[in-house]
Amino acid sequence: MTTVTAAATVVAGTATAEPVISVRDLWKIFGPGASRVVGSPDADLSRAELRRRTGCTAAVRRLSFDVARREVFVVMGLSGSGKSTLVRCLTRLVEPTAGQVLFEGEDVRGMDDRRLRELRRRKFAMVFQNFGLLPHRRVLDNVSYGLEIRGAGKPERYARAQEVIDLVGLQGYETAYPDQLSGGMQQRVGLARALAVDPDVLLFDEPFSALDPLIRRGMQDEVIRLHHEVGKTMLFITHDLSEALKLGDRILIMRDGELVQCGTPDQLVGAPADDYVRDFVRDVAKSHVLTLRWIVRRVTPQDALDGPELSPDVVIRDAVRQVIQAGRPVKVVENGALLGVVDSAGILGVIAAEPQGDPP
Amino acid sequence: MTVLVAAPGLRRPSRGVLVGAVLAAWLLLFVALRGQFTLSAGGPTVVPTWLQHLKDGADGQRNTSPLFLYGFNEIRVAIDPLFTNVQGFFLRLGWLGCTVLAAALGLVFAGWRMMLLALAGFLAFGVLGLFGESMDTLALTLTSVLIALVIGIPLGIVAGNSDRFQQVLTPVLDLMQILPTFAYLPLITLCFLIGPASAVIATVIYAAPPVIRLTSAGIRNVAPATTEASRSLGATRWQTVRHVQLPMAKRTIVLGINQTMMAALSMATITALIDAPGLGKTVLKALSREDVGAAFDAGLCIVILAVVLDRVTTAASQRAADIGRSGRATSVTARPAIALLALVAVVVAAQLPRLTARVSLLFPDGWVHPIRPAVNTASRWIELHLFSTTEAIKNGVTYRLINPLQTLLGDSPWWLLVLVVAALGYVLSGVRIALAAAGCLVGLPLLGLWPSGMITLASTLVGAVSAMVIGVVVGVWTGRNDLADRILRPFLDAGQTMPAFVYLIPGLALFGATRFTGIVAGVIYASPVVIKVVNEGIRDVSPSTIEAAVASGSTPWQVITKVQLPMARPHLLLAFNQGVIYVLAAVIVAGLVGGGGLGLDVINGFSQVSLAGTGLAAGIGIVLLGIMLDRITQGAGRRRAGSDVALGAH
Ligand SMILES: Nc1ncnc2c1ncn2[C@@H]1O[C@H](COP(=O)(O)OP(=O)(O)OP(=O)(O)O)[C@@H](O)[C@H]1O
Ligand SMILES: [Mg+2]
Repeated sequence: MTTVTAAATVVAGTATAEPVISVRDLWKIFGPGASRVVGSPDADLSRAELRRRTGCTAAVRRLSFDVARREVFVVMGLSGSGKSTLVRCLTRLVEPTAGQVLFEGEDVRGMDDRRLRELRRRKFAMVFQNFGLLPHRRVLDNVSYGLEIRGAGKPERYARAQEVIDLVGLQGYETAYPDQLSGGMQQRVGLARALAVDPDVLLFDEPFSALDPLIRRGMQDEVIRLHHEVGKTMLFITHDLSEALKLGDRILIMRDGELVQCGTPDQLVGAPADDYVRDFVRDVAKSHVLTLRWIVRRVTPQDALDGPELSPDVVIRDAVRQVIQAGRPVKVVENGALLGVVDSAGILGVIAAEPQGDPP
Repeated sequence: MTVLVAAPGLRRPSRGVLVGAVLAAWLLLFVALRGQFTLSAGGPTVVPTWLQHLKDGADGQRNTSPLFLYGFNEIRVAIDPLFTNVQGFFLRLGWLGCTVLAAALGLVFAGWRMMLLALAGFLAFGVLGLFGESMDTLALTLTSVLIALVIGIPLGIVAGNSDRFQQVLTPVLDLMQILPTFAYLPLITLCFLIGPASAVIATVIYAAPPVIRLTSAGIRNVAPATTEASRSLGATRWQTVRHVQLPMAKRTIVLGINQTMMAALSMATITALIDAPGLGKTVLKALSREDVGAAFDAGLCIVILAVVLDRVTTAASQRAADIGRSGRATSVTARPAIALLALVAVVVAAQLPRLTARVSLLFPDGWVHPIRPAVNTASRWIELHLFSTTEAIKNGVTYRLINPLQTLLGDSPWWLLVLVVAALGYVLSGVRIALAAAGCLVGLPLLGLWPSGMITLASTLVGAVSAMVIGVVVGVWTGRNDLADRILRPFLDAGQTMPAFVYLIPGLALFGATRFTGIVAGVIYASPVVIKVVNEGIRDVSPSTIEAAVASGSTPWQVITKVQLPMARPHLLLAFNQGVIYVLAAVIVAGLVGGGGLGLDVINGFSQVSLAGTGLAAGIGIVLLGIMLDRITQGAGRRRAGSDVALGAH
């Protein structure tokens, strides 16, 4: 077992622990003379306009965000919004045009080839939409590929590969070839391959888009389970909102390469930054995402305060029964302080899909 | 560590290990049994003697037996004038007429660039002093292509529509294509005598497969829905073929015609061996005198003819496709005008010699400037100054590689070799291939050709492995580097269209008349194909797989060795298969320049009546060797059976 001994230095001035990945003002522009665009007035053109004028495509524009340790960070956006490009910039599979990518404080763009390979071998692992498996290798050899290229001996890498194969539930298929497996099973191999190298960060680029809905749901549950078990930092790309809401601690929404909104699921659903996001979240069952915090209202003199108590972080859906049965306002209490009350009218309002109020 | 239960090693060892074991066992037995049970005398001569009788018998009955009177002779009498008419047409047209005609065809069908190319090419024939010979070769090529198309396209149409026919046809076509051109010349002359008719027939046999294959493929590629729609409208079978299948398959068919034409040119030069006129004959004469300069002139003409034919037909088909797609986009009105103008030019050019004495039918002597003297000077210079280098290379390869291998093959007991081939065939592809390959090899001693066969086999193996090394290195390079690919590709395309004949010339200039020259020619001949197939295999690896490997932190070397080459394995094996077939063809032709082996037996069969039987036998021997090599290398391409054991067990 390799142990990761990255010194977690704390950046002066920030109270929280240092983020694992920190992206600052990142740009990626495809096309001739891309480097000249950043910083010129052209940079402020819309993507279509830029393309018309210079022939360049701005896949990622002026993007900044942090990913905290053990967080599941989801990047979401329509097709072509630059998600894949963004995630590839992190390990320089695509060379960024401008900006900064820090991994545990170290500038990724400044790394030489050897250091970069080291980073890809030990710190990051990626799961791909089209699996990217090696068709000429058996499952066992696919899973141990990452260990093989960093020089691990056969017994060691097979032992480790077997561990993760068991972990993703593929035992019995070690000697199968990828084309003998279903799509879902192939992606489990991809997942196992990523896990086998025991990386700090798992990058997922729409890993489940090629799978049918039922299998997709199973795989999502699998990721949630793995996150509980191995507790890795995950950066997850998807264009499926329900997937994002299900998995993400925080979600970043992109449009045409730019950041539109970044926040927790209930922030996106409860307070979409603009029509683009609103469109995205329109079909979400809000009661499944929003917490009581979003519908709590001030206590009025008429309210009887002898009802039950609930925490503001309870999801509305889980509170429905209690509130309706109570027949009177339910108190919302956080750390002993009364934030207000929730009543059946408020809950029904959400269920009827009408956004209620502003975040407190 | 309980996990190792699932690890490999418990079942059958891998194919590589098995092949190694077979080879090791062979070496051990070779050391133990060296020099025993060999067939250095060639084995029984029953078959060659019988073949000699057959030949003599055929000669005796040529004018009596009904088989000849109403069969072979009829065909010969039908084909001979076909060729002589085309040849005569070119003669009557005169050099100016031919040149203008070529330019006019280039202009009308392929645009002004191709007109310039054709013009330059035809003038070059004259300047090199080989205009007549070039026209003879062209006449032979065109006659053969015509016949090949008349036979091939209908066959292709039938094969495209009938699975059963396709199944019967495919192995026949495979055989026609893997056979080195030399193999069937003796048999054909047995039936049709030496001369143009035999040359045309041999050329047709060699050149017809591409157009048959591609016609069938083109028709099969037409979406079934389209054909069905046509049927549902009540079209007859022929209407469907005529209005749906043929137009939609046009591009593929034209590609087939192009390939047929290149194959025909290549074969047409080789038929010089059976007294066909043309450039091949010039090369042949020059080679036998070791006159590198004269061979070079003729070789250059062959190259130019190949380039002109290839480029013009390719451009013409491209153009036809473009026009077909864009409807009437290109100015339709301009074309008849151009065509008319071109026609007038041709007529004028053809009539000029009859109107004025200043223009002759023959290319003016004053304009002839062959480069033969310069080449011979250069060749002598090479001999003087590079002799030690070329000798060192030649001797190094000969003594380190060819001779030991030949010793191993020739001094092994013959049955041991048969066993080795059977074992390799079994390991690589199973019982049927093993039996077929071993059976082919057993044929060699029966034909009395064991020593010649072993010479040819040794040269072929050395050449094929060398071509493979070059092919993998260059193929991987161009497969990973777009710029290198773009730069190299035209050369590979051109190299692929050249007849094997041509490559003997530089080999001869550098290394004299030896076995080694044949191998060099074979390597040059095979390399373009091998490189292209490897390159394709490397490029076939999906970018996402490569990306996944890079994302895991693979070095470029690791990507090549662990991802690209293993995934390109089917292509690598195909490349080796093609390499073997190409090298074999060239090595056989190299019998002309001291290559020895079966090729020499065939040539001797033509030149000496008493050896005709051996020549016929050698032709059959080449066939057997070709099939054996092809079967063994082809079978290796499939994934090992039994890899799905794990799944079957559940
Ligand atoms: N190699 C490239 N060269 C030029 N343009 C590119 C390249 N890769 C991506 N782009 C462009 O960058 C933009 C963003 O592409 P990207 O693949 O990152 O989108 P995405 O959000 O991952 O989309 P999807 O959901 O379809 O995967 C697109 O407009 C695309 O055309
Ligand atoms: Mg993408």
